[in-house]
Amino acid sequence: MTEHDQDRLKKLLQRALPPADTDAEPSRDLWPFILRRLGEDPVAPVQSGFNWAWFDGALAAGLLLLIVSFPAAIPVLLYYL
Amino acid sequence: MQNEASDVLNQFRQGDLAAFESLFHQHQRTVYRWILRIVRNPSAAEDLTIECFWRIHKAHARFEPAQGFEGWARRIATHAALDWLRANDTRIKLDAEPCGELAAPSNSDPAITAEIRARTAQAFNRLPPRLRIAATLAVVEEQPQKNVAAALGISVAAVKLRVFRALRLLRRDLQQQGITP
Repeated sequence: MTEHDQDRLKKLLQRALPPADTDAEPSRDLWPFILRRLGEDPVAPVQSGFNWAWFDGALAAGLLLLIVSFPAAIPVLLYYL
Repeated sequence: MQNEASDVLNQFRQGDLAAFESLFHQHQRTVYRWILRIVRNPSAAEDLTIECFWRIHKAHARFEPAQGFEGWARRIATHAALDWLRANDTRIKLDAEPCGELAAPSNSDPAITAEIRARTAQAFNRLPPRLRIAATLAVVEEQPQKNVAAALGISVAAVKLRVFRALRLLRRDLQQQGITP
C-alpha cells in the first residue's frame, strides 16, 4: 500500500467518521454516580503479604491434633511433605 | 497556586476523597471528551467516565504526582474505552454480497459518497479494537501521534504500525465489497 493509498484512505475515513464534538459535556452530574460506585465497590485496603483464612487455621489445628494423637505419624507426614 | 495544585495531587495520592473530588471536577470534561472520541457514543462515554474515575481512585497509591494527572487519567481512560470496545466488539464476518464496483469517493457525487461513507464506517467498526482505537485517535481525531502513543502506553512507531495495519485491513474490507478506495 503506497503513501498515496494511505492518504486516500485517511481522507475517506475522515469523511465517513466526522470528528467527535470537542465541546461535548456529560448530560448529567457524574460525581454522585462515582460516589455510589466507590460505596458499592470500596477500594480494598492495602493488605499485608500474609492472609490467615479460617480454612488455614482449621487445617493447622487438624494437623496439630493428628501429631499429638499419633506421634508415629510424624515421619509419614514428613515423607509426604 | 502551583503549590496548591501539587498539594491536591499529593493528598489524592494518599487517598484523600476531597482531593479526588477536586481533581474529578477539574478533569471530568477532558476525560469525557477523550473517551467520546474513542467510543463515539455519549451515553457509553458517560458510563466510561465513571468507570475511569473509579479506576483512578482505585489506583491512587500508584499515582506519581511528578508525571501529572491529565496524562495519567487519559491513559486510564483509553484503557477503559478499549475494554469497552472489546466487550462491545461488533466485528462480524462479511456476509453481504459484493454489490458491484463503486466509484472512488468524489465530492461531486454526494449520493455515491454517502453510500461509500456508510460502508466505510461499517468496515471501520469491523476492525480489531486495538487497531481501531489507534486509527480513530490518530486519523479521525487527528491527535498527535505522541499523545496517542502515551495514551495507549506504546511507542510512536507502534502507533504508526497499528494505523497502517488498520488502513490495510480497511482497504481489504472495502475491496471485498467492491469499493476501490
